[in-house]
Amino acid sequence: MDDLYRQIIIERYKTPHYRGHLDPHDIFFEDDNPTCGDHIEITVQVEDGVVKSAAFDGHGCSISQAAADLLIESIHGKPLDEVKALTKDDVIELLGIELGPVRLKCALLSLKVLKAGAYGLGKEEVSDALVE
Amino acid sequence: MPKTPLDIGLIRADFPILNRELASGKKLVYLDSTATAQKPIAVINAMDEFYRLNNANIHRGIHTLAEESTAMYEKARQQIADFINASAAREVIYTRNTTESINLVAYTWARANLKAGDVIILTEMEHHSNLVPWQILTAERGVRLEFVPVTDDYLFDMDAYRELLKLEPKLISFTHMSNVLGTINPAKEIIRLAHEAGALTLVDGAQSVPHLPVDVQDLDADFMAFSAHKMVGPTGIGALYGKMDLLQSMPPFLGGGDMIRTVHLREFVANEVPYKFEAGTPAIAEAIGFGAAAAYLQNIGMDAVAAHEHEMTEYVLERLAEIPGIKVFGPEAEHKGAVASFEMDGVHPHDVAQILDSEGIAVRAGHHCAQPLHEMCGVQSTTRASFYLYNTKEEVDALVEGIYKVKKIFG
Repeated sequence: MDDLYRQIIIERYKTPHYRGHLDPHDIFFEDDNPTCGDHIEITVQVEDGVVKSAAFDGHGCSISQAAADLLIESIHGKPLDEVKALTKDDVIELLGIELGPVRLKCALLSLKVLKAGAYGLGKEEVSDALVE
Repeated sequence: MPKTPLDIGLIRADFPILNRELASGKKLVYLDSTATAQKPIAVINAMDEFYRLNNANIHRGIHTLAEESTAMYEKARQQIADFINASAAREVIYTRNTTESINLVAYTWARANLKAGDVIILTEMEHHSNLVPWQILTAERGVRLEFVPVTDDYLFDMDAYRELLKLEPKLISFTHMSNVLGTINPAKEIIRLAHEAGALTLVDGAQSVPHLPVDVQDLDADFMAFSAHKMVGPTGIGALYGKMDLLQSMPPFLGGGDMIRTVHLREFVANEVPYKFEAGTPAIAEAIGFGAAAAYLQNIGMDAVAAHEHEMTEYVLERLAEIPGIKVFGPEAEHKGAVASFEMDGVHPHDVAQILDSEGIAVRAGHHCAQPLHEMCGVQSTTRASFYLYNTKEEVDALVEGIYKVKKIFG
């Protein structure tokens, strides 16, 4: 339990570094986790194919919100192609914890939203396949 | 409240799962019976013995096993009818669960009797299973849905209901007990007023039938839907009670074997009630388990079960009120079943549930299939602890200690 609730997760949940909404932005996407109602929206500014700045907003459990904050932090200065190639394992590495199937969905919501936005998908095209 | 007449130690001994230990080394504290109840040996054995000794398909074949299976399946129907005091076993239709029972009414009675503009009254505290079937019907038929609001005290708004009845509704479909607030609705009065206004009633008994004495004749309910698995029976089976004249007037539900009297290439004649609503080979072992569950609860006595749960409700509300930063949604204990849905300042319900799990305590986190009700309460989701005949005050104490651990971790 104390592993799951590592200090960094509690800290980022309580005081996220990248919560907000960027305007103008080049990428915007939002989605929910229907089983628990968690919501994440992401805005990204891109310059010459590289992430200049990014932010997230939304609500949900500590895992979903901390994962979003750490993920957004990690993509600053990254080429968009690398963002598109991010996987589940990258998020797990950022969080540094083992997750069961239910909480994994919480952790991966922000990645799903980010990749859907990066690929310019429509709302109905989003699926879990993006984060497998 | 009089002292509970239940011997909880003896009851707990009937439920093998309550003795299991979890990976954390903690003993299970099961506070999620509103989602599904645990099963006593009597139910487990009834199903196990059926498969070991009697298993055959029902209503066909004249060999010994087929006859035994049919008799057991029909005996269970009688046990369930007795449990809710239906006037005849034939008024109990086997379904998969409460959801399917409600859908059965929506697909048969409602489609045969309702037209565009007809009014159906629901409440704001419904489970999705008593919202979506009617929303589908609205999209298809243009019927109009109206909702009885929930008062500031989390009760059924009787004044608003009386006003809505002036719309001459055709059906009032309402939950007898909210799975989130625990609110016990005054079903008898709701039904009396509905009948005065010329409407039929469908009672969602998913939470009331397992936890309260329910007498469909005394209530004068036209339909009552409930599930076996919430009343210590197996999953995969539920029931729809309906008054015989209504059931006889309704078209069949699914088409197939067992629901027919005769079949030709281009037409069929439907079987009699209840078989006309039971197409295909049903969940036979589960029906037998359902009957065993009804008999188990009836033997203990639903008055005693309800009294014990009332005591648990009072105790859990009292203990949770001691903890700063906890808000419980729902009415006073007097009008409430043994359900405590709460919000904790600054901590998401998923995190609460996860930390409680590490203490061996099983609770539910989420919107509990009642999203509109959560919107009304102004929260995304809640943590819900629910209690049944086998729960103890010590388990409430464990819950409270667990909540203090959550507070410590989230500081």
